[in-house]
Amino acid sequence: MDWNFIIFSLVKIAVVVGVVQGMVAYSVLAERKISAWIQDRVGPNRAAPPFMKYIPVLGPFLTRLGIFQPLADGLKFMFKEDFTPAGVRQIYFWLAPAIAVVPAMLTVAVIPFGSQIGNQHMVIADLNIGILYTFGIVSLGVYGIVLAGYAANSKYPFFGGIRSSAQMISYEISMGMSIIPVLLIVGNLNLSQIINWQSTHGWLVMYAPISFVIFMVASFAETNRTPFDLPEAETELVGGYHTEYSSMKFALFFLAEYSNMVASSAMMVTLFFGGWSLPFFGLDHVAGPGSLGLGIAHILIFVAKLLFFMVLFIWVRWMFPRFRYDQLMDLGWRRFLPLALVNILITAVWLYLRS
Amino acid sequence: MSTAATTETKPAAPVIEKIKVKVDGREIEVPRLTADWSGKLTPTTMIQACEQAKTDVPHYCWHPQLPVAGNCRMCLVEFGTPAMGPDRKPVINPDGTAKIAKSPRPAIACATPISPGMEIYTTTPAVKQMREGVLESLLINHPLDCPICDQAGECKLQEYSVDYGQSASRFVEAKVHKPKAVDLGPRIMLDAERCVLCTRCIRFTRDIAGDDKLGIINRGSYNTIATFPGTPFDNNYTLNTVDICPVGALTSKDFRFQMRVWFLKETKSLCTSCGTGCSTLLGSREEKLFRYTPRDNAAVNGPWMCDAGRLNYKWIQRADRLKEVQVFGKKNTWAGALYQISDRLKRAQAGSVAIIASARQTNEELWLISKLKAKLSAVSDSVARFGEADKLLVSADKNPNTNGARLTGICFTEIGSNLPQIAAGIQSGKIRTLIVFGEDVTKHGLSADLLAKLETLIVSDILPNETVKLAHYVLPGAAHAEKRGSFTNTKGRVQKFMKAVEAPGDARAEWEFLHELVHNVTGQNGFVTIEGLFNEMAKDVPAFNGLNWAALGDTGVTVQI
Amino acid sequence: MAITVNRKPLSFWEKLYLPAIAGGLKVTIKHAYGSLFQGKVVTMEYPEQRWTLPKNYRGAPYLVKDQDGSTKCVSCQLCEFVCPPKAIRITPPGQDGQAADRANAEKMPKEFEINMLRCIYCGMCQEVCPEEAIFLQNDWSHIAHNREEMIYNKEKLLALGGTHGGIQKWKHKLEEAEAQESFPVKV
Repeated sequence: MDWNFIIFSLVKIAVVVGVVQGMVAYSVLAERKISAWIQDRVGPNRAAPPFMKYIPVLGPFLTRLGIFQPLADGLKFMFKEDFTPAGVRQIYFWLAPAIAVVPAMLTVAVIPFGSQIGNQHMVIADLNIGILYTFGIVSLGVYGIVLAGYAANSKYPFFGGIRSSAQMISYEISMGMSIIPVLLIVGNLNLSQIINWQSTHGWLVMYAPISFVIFMVASFAETNRTPFDLPEAETELVGGYHTEYSSMKFALFFLAEYSNMVASSAMMVTLFFGGWSLPFFGLDHVAGPGSLGLGIAHILIFVAKLLFFMVLFIWVRWMFPRFRYDQLMDLGWRRFLPLALVNILITAVWLYLRS
Repeated sequence: MSTAATTETKPAAPVIEKIKVKVDGREIEVPRLTADWSGKLTPTTMIQACEQAKTDVPHYCWHPQLPVAGNCRMCLVEFGTPAMGPDRKPVINPDGTAKIAKSPRPAIACATPISPGMEIYTTTPAVKQMREGVLESLLINHPLDCPICDQAGECKLQEYSVDYGQSASRFVEAKVHKPKAVDLGPRIMLDAERCVLCTRCIRFTRDIAGDDKLGIINRGSYNTIATFPGTPFDNNYTLNTVDICPVGALTSKDFRFQMRVWFLKETKSLCTSCGTGCSTLLGSREEKLFRYTPRDNAAVNGPWMCDAGRLNYKWIQRADRLKEVQVFGKKNTWAGALYQISDRLKRAQAGSVAIIASARQTNEELWLISKLKAKLSAVSDSVARFGEADKLLVSADKNPNTNGARLTGICFTEIGSNLPQIAAGIQSGKIRTLIVFGEDVTKHGLSADLLAKLETLIVSDILPNETVKLAHYVLPGAAHAEKRGSFTNTKGRVQKFMKAVEAPGDARAEWEFLHELVHNVTGQNGFVTIEGLFNEMAKDVPAFNGLNWAALGDTGVTVQI
Repeated sequence: MAITVNRKPLSFWEKLYLPAIAGGLKVTIKHAYGSLFQGKVVTMEYPEQRWTLPKNYRGAPYLVKDQDGSTKCVSCQLCEFVCPPKAIRITPPGQDGQAADRANAEKMPKEFEINMLRCIYCGMCQEVCPEEAIFLQNDWSHIAHNREEMIYNKEKLLALGGTHGGIQKWKHKLEEAEAQESFPVKV
């Protein structure tokens, strides 16, 4: 047993999970702030620890920025009454939030969030079948939501669960089909290798733009974000699958949704936007064991790209109205699926001709 | 004993000729003569004819049970009589109807007798104008202090102001100010400014109460109701003047500034202060009793009621009411106490039980007790209460339901005659169990020492007393305002009363737990509703045969006693 | 009967969604820029910033005193009667209660309670009051630790209500009565 490997893996897992959690917490804040700005409001600007008002300038500034709001939110979730309605399926009801969160966190395992620091590759598990793994895990996410809808013994969650199962399965197909051209071009399923390919050949979004568009839209649908947030449509289903949840269990669904956003963004960055690489200033090759600064720079580049997509996710939510259910299905099956298939064909033909 | 219940026991009235009159074009038949306040037959007046035609004629001074004064002028109407030709025959119109000669002047409806073929007009513009004029005149000196006037809400002046009043006063001079808050007697307060000088109060005290204390002093605008100097207005019927006063001049000191009348829920009930059993209305709001007022019942009390009975309600809401079921001095539940009592009664030897019921209990409760008595072969009696009677309403029998106790077999003609026998039985050890309802038997020959000899003493009462202190089982009961039931008065009138407020704490109507006890001990199933219970009792008790709860109506039924 | 709504067929660009997306971006960015950098926000920061209320604003009802500092309410209970949510509860003085604190008015409430949790600020009490003793004032924010504190009693209502002058009819009536020295007999 390689103790070195185990220790470094554990450290990486701890750091990645911690960072993702923090990112989730602050993306909720970002969601609230951005929505406020778009709607001519101010957003959260009150929550602050008591001593903050004694710090001149910075204290009030941070408070007005809402920096402490996620802490307050988290605390509130912890102390809220955990309410279990009568007539629910207790075991499934308790299990559903966990099942929703776990796949969301697991996806992050194969994503290379940096090149190399010292001897360590900045990826938790550098799998040869990284993409297959991701798709396998992501498709488990739907179970949490379906189970929540079923266990709550209430009509709105039930509708939410049913909608989500149909929607996620539909878009998973388009999503899977959309990245086949990428795999054809790169010829490898390992995500690190895909990034390496991009650092030498240029970003894949230029080779397969249609794939990127389909993948992005499908990932909106997969993460239940507007304009595809039908499973939790507040106006129709009073919150959908998580209607009957409260306290920390409800928070776990939130966590799952935003973790999925992080994972989707990471996938988009990795597959289409060169991952941690940047095509200028020599930032596009793997950092060697000696260049610590370059390794850190790669991580920061990755995070910056990730944040761009997170903001995109959030921005889109406040820009578009929700699709109608038939429009959603129409788009998934009759637009994107054929488009993805044609895309595969064209890419294959192009590759054949080029070779 | 097969005395069928009769609804009315008036002697057969002499046949009175009926005559036809028209009220606002509608022809009705009215008797030529009507009994007045004293029972004497007098010619029927226009206001009585209008009343029978269901036409409202506004009035202040006229009252069906008082002599006619005719001084308020509010009831002015127009009328016409059949025109007579020179041949003393009615003139006939071309269409065959009698020609009506309309009177050139209006007449007061309260004092003008009707004649055959008369036509009364109460809706003509002239009548409306006259009413407006009279009302404006009455309001000249009347203060606009409805917010502080207790009569507001049941004030004729307010009501007619809505119908015939003007929104603004044309009177620009200073109003005449008369004394306010004048102490007329121990229970009456007079506000002379509000008086419209209808003299109803004067006529009532003079002719009905027979205590000619009130009169009018001063002249013109300064007319004022007053008592003779140095003699307070203090007979036992003074509060009736508050009822009949159409405005807020006479007010009850007891009810003064206590609650506005429009908040009061009025419950049909009975007065329990003596055997007369006057029909009353209980005014209550949110479980609090505020006043008793008489309810018109020609067979019992007419529209009157005595002051003593009227003010005898404060004990019902005393703070020291019995509120919890007690078993040997410890708080218990109804289920627990009734289970133990039933068990003890079932095991009691025949003849070892005595029951002292109360003639303040309802017919239904006494009947349920008589069921227990029969099963246990018990000795039973009640307690007599006698006081002074008067010639108007107050009865010498101070128990409201002595006849009910007699008819259900709880006691006999001589009420209380069994008490020495019960005392002797306890003394000798023959009687081991005593059940007492609502009486303090220590004051009626059963001393505390004697009661201490008992194996079981079950007491149901409303207020704490010496007997309750000695009781092994205390069952808190309900006052009449807190339950439904019926009483039989001294003349055999069976009347029902309704529930106005909730009993405090755990207290329960006696018939509710008695029904349960009877079921446990005798196995007979009682009735869980008062209606069913009464109807079952009516089948069982000969005197009540043929009665049922619904048929009692609001004013009751007289039975043979 | 079913109604068929005729929809205009979408044009090519509309079908592509792209112009709509661009439009959406334009609008949202414009607003975000406005609220972030130009301070164009529509919200108000409540505890610090407050509305300037119009003079006839209908906030919480309070009892008022007259210019002599006397309680105007005479406990007629009309407001209690008319109050749609039954927020007002008056305890009349009774026969032995404290007399009104001004001559001739005869009575004033022993206790006057308004449950501000129930009050709907409809203004019926003000409208019905024959004494001009209760007014809806410009107070709309009530804070308390529990439900009991939200029941304002007479003392509190009078303190909050302040003074509202008026014609003082009881006072005038007393003066008028005193002026009538010609009253013939003292009864």
